[in-house]
Amino acid sequence: MNPSVCIISTRTPYHGQNAREALDSALVSASYDLDTSLLLMGDGVYQLLDNQLPEQLSRKSLTAMLKALPMYGIETIFVDAESLQERNLTEDQLVEGFTLLEEGALAPFIAQHDKVLNF
Amino acid sequence: MTDLILDKDGYLADLTHWNETVARQLAANHNITLTDEHWQIIHLLRQFYAEFQHAPSQRPFVKYIATHLGKEKGNSLYLMQLFPESPAKLAALIAGLPRPTNCF
Repeated sequence: MNPSVCIISTRTPYHGQNAREALDSALVSASYDLDTSLLLMGDGVYQLLDNQLPEQLSRKSLTAMLKALPMYGIETIFVDAESLQERNLTEDQLVEGFTLLEEGALAPFIAQHDKVLNF
Repeated sequence: MTDLILDKDGYLADLTHWNETVARQLAANHNITLTDEHWQIIHLLRQFYAEFQHAPSQRPFVKYIATHLGKEKGNSLYLMQLFPESPAKLAALIAGLPRPTNCF
């Protein structure tokens, strides 16, 4: 069986290339048929905020790339609920297609993967 | 024909220089004469790029084609016939897109 991979993305969408590199890694991993999960936690939860204006930074839209995940067989994005609460963000501010991981579910979720990559 | 500036892998150095004449020239560099079937895939690939902001690897590209044109065209064999050897890379090159980053 192919190993499962959890990619943890912890930076804001346009902080350097971290978010983009995490996403690229997820796309590569999924392209090679690995069972791939993308987990947003810490400042990474900002990546799902709707109505971003990346063109003002001359950057590509991360949201557009996130929307391609189902094409790669990644059907949902996992989001740490506690990170949302700490930042006073609510679910209705986020683009669709995510699964919340409540407190207590996070550690077992990460532990069930064979490999964990942190960005 | 104008002289195109290409990178070391044969991709357009300046993607804004792309047009259909340029595409024909890029295809000719790889011994391909573009047919209606090629153009259909090229335009769909550019649509993918506009929608998702990156050039896809093979699998998502196949899935995208299947969604838009049906399974008869949305399969690897069909793409291999049009863009031999490495369809995702070759189609991106001719379509004036960057090299697919997640495609080796």
